[in-house]
Amino acid sequence: MLEQILALLPQVIFDGFILGFVYAMVALGYTMVYGVLELINFAHSEIFMIGAVVGVEVFRYLAPHVGNGFLLLFIALVLGGVVAGITAILVERFAYRPLRARGTTNRLVPLITAIGVSFILQDLVRLVEGLWHNEFFLRMRTVEDLEGSIELFGGAIFAQSKSFILMGVSILMLLGLTYLVNRTKLGVAIRAVAQDLQTASLMGIDPDRIISRTFLIGGSLGGVAGVLFALQYTTITPYVGFLPGIKAFTAAVLGGIGNIPGAMLGGLVLGQLENFFGTYLPILTSGNFGTEYKDVVAFLILIFILLVRPQGLLGQVVREKV
Amino acid sequence: MNALALLLSLAYLGLVFLAPGALSNLFGLLALGATAFLRLSPNGRTLNLALLTLGFTLGLVRSGNTLGLIGLVGILVALTTLPRIPGWIRALLGLAILLLSVPMAGFANTFIFELGIQIGIYAAMALGLNVVVGMAGLLDLGYAAFFAVGAYTWAIFGSEQAKNFMQGSFPLPGEYMYLFMGIAVVTTALTGLFIGLPALRLRGDYLAIVTLGLGEVVRILANNLDHPINFTNGPQGITPVQRPPIDWFRELMGGLGVRLDQATDYQLFFYLLVLLMIGLVVLANVNLANSRFGRAWVAIREDEVAARSMGIPLLPTKLLAFMTGAAFSGVMGVIFAAQRTFVSPESFTLLASITILGMVILGGMGSIPGAILGAAALTILNLDVLKTFSEFVRTSLPQIPSQVDPAKYERLVFGLILVLMMIFRPEGLIPERRHKAEMEEA
Repeated sequence: MLEQILALLPQVIFDGFILGFVYAMVALGYTMVYGVLELINFAHSEIFMIGAVVGVEVFRYLAPHVGNGFLLLFIALVLGGVVAGITAILVERFAYRPLRARGTTNRLVPLITAIGVSFILQDLVRLVEGLWHNEFFLRMRTVEDLEGSIELFGGAIFAQSKSFILMGVSILMLLGLTYLVNRTKLGVAIRAVAQDLQTASLMGIDPDRIISRTFLIGGSLGGVAGVLFALQYTTITPYVGFLPGIKAFTAAVLGGIGNIPGAMLGGLVLGQLENFFGTYLPILTSGNFGTEYKDVVAFLILIFILLVRPQGLLGQVVREKV
Repeated sequence: MNALALLLSLAYLGLVFLAPGALSNLFGLLALGATAFLRLSPNGRTLNLALLTLGFTLGLVRSGNTLGLIGLVGILVALTTLPRIPGWIRALLGLAILLLSVPMAGFANTFIFELGIQIGIYAAMALGLNVVVGMAGLLDLGYAAFFAVGAYTWAIFGSEQAKNFMQGSFPLPGEYMYLFMGIAVVTTALTGLFIGLPALRLRGDYLAIVTLGLGEVVRILANNLDHPINFTNGPQGITPVQRPPIDWFRELMGGLGVRLDQATDYQLFFYLLVLLMIGLVVLANVNLANSRFGRAWVAIREDEVAARSMGIPLLPTKLLAFMTGAAFSGVMGVIFAAQRTFVSPESFTLLASITILGMVILGGMGSIPGAILGAAALTILNLDVLKTFSEFVRTSLPQIPSQVDPAKYERLVFGLILVLMMIFRPEGLIPERRHKAEMEEA
């Protein structure tokens, strides 16, 4: 059994990284919105799903016309990011902003709105795809350029070249976002609004505009993640966002919600753990407990982390003022 | 005004007598609206409600059109919310609707019973969740897990499933269902304890996510515990689950002059059982709300820090709310399993949890009539309105493709309801006094 485990280990770690980067990318969106509004934006799972669907559609329609697979992927990433970003702005404008305008202090209200929005988006995509193609399971079209693969370490790791694209793009996204938040004027404004919305507005910042841009950035990151997810895992349904969304939120909490490098770290840790348990649980229990239990493991980790270190791996303790 | 409303009600009564159906019932709903919103004298209002009850009952018995049921629910809401109606009239009309109108309509169209039972099961669960969310302010997104635990508690022992891991003669005879209602209280309360003990140390949003996760864990377990030992039979679910024998009930009904056929006797029995359970749950809810614990829950909901400094032990008090809500749900799970004779993980998804939460929110958090109204509204919407609308679209507009079948878009409609409610009326349809004040203050 040990040999079997060791033989699989490099591959498990590699696949865990890919999964981890997907979670990390989605977690960035959760963390940004949470940092600014303290809202678990459940609808972010669906923003991610919309990115994935756009990716599938772009490949479906443009693959016969665009010869170069990398160019095609670039177009898909841009379009996926834009569509998802716009959806996020619309969601903010029509669902969350009216709540802020009312000044509701009850925390349940925006959370329930977010769940409602998430349901609406799922079924809207289903409606559109149903009318358009009469399909529920959308398959990503394969393009030859992107289907290459290599074997590393003498065949210990089987790696598809698209996996490297996924990793590269997500690292770029993290770096870009870190730069944006720490070094640009918009970043300063976002941090100011996150710190204190009222005071920020006294300093000449229009909070609504900043929040809208935060949703745009978070949403487009989610959309890009969706396109890459579709490329990597190929089958997409309108309800595909739910589990990655919850996992990504877990990742964001794990890393310390509101903390951007934390979201990345949380995603990677969660991806590793999940892939590890997903592969080894059947082996360790000689088939009695299957891969299905990897989700159970993810949730148990969430609870454990929240109990032991509620502020997350990289988060800071927030003292409650009384 | 009095004369106008009376005229409308009488006109509806005539209309439903001559031509029962959707159109006359719509007219009846209009008359009900007039009765509720026009400035009427208390006597006029009472008379109108009585006339309309008669009308909707007649409409249901004669045509089986379920709009009549919506009308009856509307009258029940009017009876609980409208001011200056004498108490005995409220009680009399309410009981007449629940014990005479609905069963009579059910004999004419058994779907009414099915609808009534589903509304009842969900209403009882919404009342249970109302303790957790409405009173104690703990957002629980995994409430269907307790329902599942209750349902499986009976389903496993009330079918041959238990043979897979136990010695003895299974299925247990149907009478044991009553015993298992008690056992389910214990198993679900214990599950509540296990889930709550770690989860309730967390607050607000984190609690929501953790309960969601644990709810999913229970569903995954139900889906996968068919190996290595077959506890739950996996995704196929368990069937048939035993029902209690009801010869005594048939005799009783025969004594009352009601002759029952095979298709409806169990439906009537479960309908009455569910009504009884709702009565008990409402009683428990009212007493809890006025008890030391109820006040402690509200205090925690309003301000946790202040509550703690007043000496309320946070974790035990929250746990108690969690376990109480869980126990209500567990009992209804047993009834659900027996009524359907079938249990599968399909019934306990996140959507189910959120639907029950939606009922509490739609009705008004913390409000008892609100939770029941919310359950009625969402159940009728899911089981009846969308399906009827689908049928209407399919038969009268066949050129519209089947992908836009309204019955498939339950989530869309539900999501819209949630979002619009939160924007325009976050306090719910029948707000609780204190909650309403809090929302307005904000």
